[in-house]
Amino acid sequence: MSNQDILDAATLKQDDALIPQSGWFERSETLQKLRKNKKFPTIWCSGCGIGIVMGALIRAIDHLGLDNDKVALVAGIGCTARMPVYMDFNTLHTTHGRALAFATGLKIARPDMKVIAIMGDGDALAIGGNHFIHAARRNMGITALVVNNAIYGMTGGQYSPTTPLGGRATTAPYGNVEPPFPICDLAIAAGASYVSRSTVYHALELDKFLAEAIAKEGFSVVEAVSYCHTTFGRFNKLGTAADMLRSLKDNSIPRSALERLTPEERAANTKIVRGNFVNVDRPQYTQVYSNLVTRVQAGER
Amino acid sequence: MTVKLMQGNDAIGWGAIAAGCRFYAGYPITPSTEVAELLSRELPKVGGKFIQMEDEIASMAAIIGGRVGGLKSMTATSGPGFSLMQENIGYAVMTEIPCVVVDVQRLGPSTGQPTAASQGDVMQARWGTHGDHPIIALSPTSVRQAFDLTVKAFDLSERFRTPVILLADEIVGHMREPVDLPDFKSIHIFEQQVTDSPADYKAFRNSPGDVPPLAAFGTGYRYHITGLFHDEVGFPTQRLDEVDPWLERVNTKLDKHLDEITFLEEDYQEGARVALLSYGASARTARHAMKLARQKGIKVDLLTLLTIWPFPEKQVEALGERVERIIVPEMNLGQLAYEVERMVGRKKVRRVVRANGEMVTPQMVLDAMEN
Ligand SMILES: Cc1ncc(C[n+]2csc(CCOP(=O)(O)OP(=O)(O)O)c2C)c(N)n1
Repeated sequence: MSNQDILDAATLKQDDALIPQSGWFERSETLQKLRKNKKFPTIWCSGCGIGIVMGALIRAIDHLGLDNDKVALVAGIGCTARMPVYMDFNTLHTTHGRALAFATGLKIARPDMKVIAIMGDGDALAIGGNHFIHAARRNMGITALVVNNAIYGMTGGQYSPTTPLGGRATTAPYGNVEPPFPICDLAIAAGASYVSRSTVYHALELDKFLAEAIAKEGFSVVEAVSYCHTTFGRFNKLGTAADMLRSLKDNSIPRSALERLTPEERAANTKIVRGNFVNVDRPQYTQVYSNLVTRVQAGER
Repeated sequence: MTVKLMQGNDAIGWGAIAAGCRFYAGYPITPSTEVAELLSRELPKVGGKFIQMEDEIASMAAIIGGRVGGLKSMTATSGPGFSLMQENIGYAVMTEIPCVVVDVQRLGPSTGQPTAASQGDVMQARWGTHGDHPIIALSPTSVRQAFDLTVKAFDLSERFRTPVILLADEIVGHMREPVDLPDFKSIHIFEQQVTDSPADYKAFRNSPGDVPPLAAFGTGYRYHITGLFHDEVGFPTQRLDEVDPWLERVNTKLDKHLDEITFLEEDYQEGARVALLSYGASARTARHAMKLARQKGIKVDLLTLLTIWPFPEKQVEALGERVERIIVPEMNLGQLAYEVERMVGRKKVRRVVRANGEMVTPQMVLDAMEN
């Protein structure tokens, strides 16, 4: 499949949405990419946004027509990082923060595979922050999917590197005093080839961004903004899961709309900006290394 | 091949190439760096891959990822880096991913003395990662052994699906000796043979004492690997009827094969009442002391352990029955001596220790024989 085909396939139409109807699971080839022999339900709290991201990821892979055997999902530790176990690919659930380091070894061993690292915000940016910037710098052929729920979900709601200033968490009982990391800016500065952000409210947009990211040869990042209603939401009185989901709609703005604003309005924007921020072609690590091997084997020094 | 002068670290690098290692990930640290330097130069020549990672945590993770993708993989480090690797060494134990971790020991704790020798990581190699687990650690006493034991490390890690630690030290790592390496083509390493179809494949099948074959990702065997306790196909489980068989199998998987894992050299003298027991660079001290003692007409046994973990209990126990005293020279405050004492009783053991970066001298050993 050529790159153009992949990109064409990635341009999704609204009608392609999978709207639950009776027999939808059985009829949907896409959903057959979930593991049949794995006992559901998932470990996620009902109302959690991570499942929406999993749906988007499955649809993106399906739209790209990738062979399940040639896709690897590598995850760290956290609620988000449990995602791969439910999906019928080569799945590696590693240690907290290290998904990208494991994924780097796997990609080097199997340059033919699509390697997708699935991480929470703590996983990717606190304990795993160093691996994140170095994978981007190397332009390693990995897609980093970061589900940003602004909190440590799995351990019960401690503040994370993306918790907003003032936000309450079990370890920030008087409000968080640390400013958050802008994930996409960090990825861009570190050299990622593809960087996009959307939210779990905008599931179809996530499908598209993920498909584009996975199709990309170099290091690609998709930040999927989600929420944790059982910890962050409760501590900060943000309502139910549905309320938090709706607020992602109300409090986000597409990049194109942002650009139509005056410079003053733009500077004052506090909404989550959705869109693609970078899409460039830089030499991908395993390709560069393979060229090196060819040179060395030809006797060059 | 011809005789060449090389240092232990180079021999480790060549041993890796000979064993079919095709992926190295590491982070520079004295006194292990020459291993990385050699492999960065030699791996591409044989179609292998080298990467310098951002730290040792990442290095350990990357070699496990590389092996999951099917490449025999290795990293090399020293004390501080070895400490950083421990969590992911436990991951390799839990997921039964073969890999070789070289620790060229230097003086610690902490940054300690980067260029000074030590054998201070004996217990870290055994218990550095959390939780009960089996581990194999081999310790070379010469440059040639550095090569041979690296090859063995790969073979054992594949056979038993476990990380293997090559516990070298600054002295063996940096010492130069003339060696005549064997033809690499004559070297055979255990190869995984997956015979089950993907539908029937169980990466963590629990038949007691059994080591199920490992299928690489990307070869049509799609399955789940996790550091959580898992069932036979790899899915997380908390069911005791699934966890217990795993614990039983993995914690006993080396037991039936100790004869194939235990390498040692015995130089025993009939009628000896004292024995020297050592490993790594200190084994050279012990050998020298043995020669001096025998020249003086003192009968003495010498046991050199090349396999430290699993600890050769049977052989050390037997030695305890032969002699009245076992002298254990080592460059730490008695880490391996603990194990010897456990086997033969404290009264029989004389520790001859030094943990300041200097070697134990033959004279220190002779003194311990006489007093
Ligand atoms: C080395 C290590 N430190 C700490 C933990 C405990 N821990 C597990 S998950 C987690 C944070 C999870 O937060 P995040 O990565 O944001 O993912 P989420 O659960 O919110 O999806 C922590 C601190 C661990 N498993 N390993």
